[in-house]
Amino acid sequence: MNNATYRVKATKKHSIAKPSFVRAVFAIVLKDLQAEYRSFELISAMLVFSLLVIIIFNFALNLDIKTRETVTAGVLWTTFAFAGTLGLNRSMAIEKDRGCLDGLLLAPVDRSAIYFGKAISNLAFMLIVEAIVLPVYSLLYNRNLFQPGLLLVILLGSIGYVGVGTLLATMSVQTRTRDILLSILLFPVVLPVLLPAIIASDGFLAGVEVADSLFSIGLLVAYDLIFIAVAFMVFDSVVEE
Amino acid sequence: MQAKPVALKVLDAVSIVLLGISTYLALVFAPTELVMGDVQRVFYFHIGTAWTALIGFILAAVFSVVYLIRKDLKWDRLQVAAIEVSLVFFLITIVLGSIWARPAWNTWWTWDPRLTTAAVTELIYIAYFMLRQGIDDPDKRARFGAVYALIGGLSAPITFFAIRLFRTIHPVVIGGTNPEADGGFSMTADMRVAFFFALFAFTVIFIDLFWNRIRLGDLQDKVEQLKLKVSM
Repeated sequence: MNNATYRVKATKKHSIAKPSFVRAVFAIVLKDLQAEYRSFELISAMLVFSLLVIIIFNFALNLDIKTRETVTAGVLWTTFAFAGTLGLNRSMAIEKDRGCLDGLLLAPVDRSAIYFGKAISNLAFMLIVEAIVLPVYSLLYNRNLFQPGLLLVILLGSIGYVGVGTLLATMSVQTRTRDILLSILLFPVVLPVLLPAIIASDGFLAGVEVADSLFSIGLLVAYDLIFIAVAFMVFDSVVEE
Repeated sequence: MQAKPVALKVLDAVSIVLLGISTYLALVFAPTELVMGDVQRVFYFHIGTAWTALIGFILAAVFSVVYLIRKDLKWDRLQVAAIEVSLVFFLITIVLGSIWARPAWNTWWTWDPRLTTAAVTELIYIAYFMLRQGIDDPDKRARFGAVYALIGGLSAPITFFAIRLFRTIHPVVIGGTNPEADGGFSMTADMRVAFFFALFAFTVIFIDLFWNRIRLGDLQDKVEQLKLKVSM
């Protein structure tokens, strides 16, 4: 709906129906955020799920003070990865269910604008969930997670995760086995994000010098760039009917 | 149905002969390795299958790009053939490696970069087939398959580098079981003969299976089209 009103505005202003790339991306992000703001179904599901995962880890790993020192990064990233698939699946399923994706595809914008729009809103949801999980984890386990280095790693890792995840979720929701497929598709290819992210997070939590984590961060940046570029190029083939 | 091409029949026969000779060279001709003993003979087939499987995966990524540009289903059939044969070859590599690792490293499995990457690569291409299974439309199946094979093909080497990073920062985790350091050996001339022959033999066998699989894909395609014709 937003798109429609927006397009009318654009038509009036420029007398060209095609809005600019950035504005198209922004319109999709706005649509997703507004829909989420009205229902909170995606974020609340991811959030509750994250907390449940942390509780399960608490008993599975017996997170006493000593264990906590070494496994915090692993627990956090596992939680984010699991909660992330939940959000990605839902975010694309909403588009598919009532033909919203077809509506988006009909819009006179570059197809990759849809990819970036969805990816940015997915990233926003993931960051919001992370922003709540981190203090809760800090509180529950008395561990200060608010270190700039760690936050940077979480941001970079989330970008890579969502960048590939949005592309794969767009594919998986169009298959017969859509509910189970995304995690199977996503986890093996997103491993190069999770590995350096866990290593770097672990390093920052252990108070290792920033220079030691530079290679991990470099790897994360490289992965983000490569896979967002690839997703940008192939997204057309994933949505065309 | 068109008959099997003569060249393919010949290649089938050659493959079987080569496999026989290579088995002889690996099991009988090559000298027994001093430290590890007979289990080292696994190595010849291990490298042979690994090398061809990797070539197959690289080819699959190339076919992805070509398919996405040309949108010709021929490239999709090539890709499926390459991945299917490589998947089996790579599984053989992992199983053989594991058999070797039990006496050499005293464990069936270790989270070494190579081993982990191999396992993840296997999983990526199993996921590839699961993705394809969930799609009925051949064009869509080909497009999604190509995209996923491309992503997977890019991701696997990065995984390898990422795990190496794990090792350099946490040498304790791996326990210093560097494959070069632990279980390495230098080949004698006879070993080299068996080794290079195994490489050659498995390359030919791979090409043969690849060709057969492509032919199968073409026939499958024809059957689909005939079915469509009958139903219309």
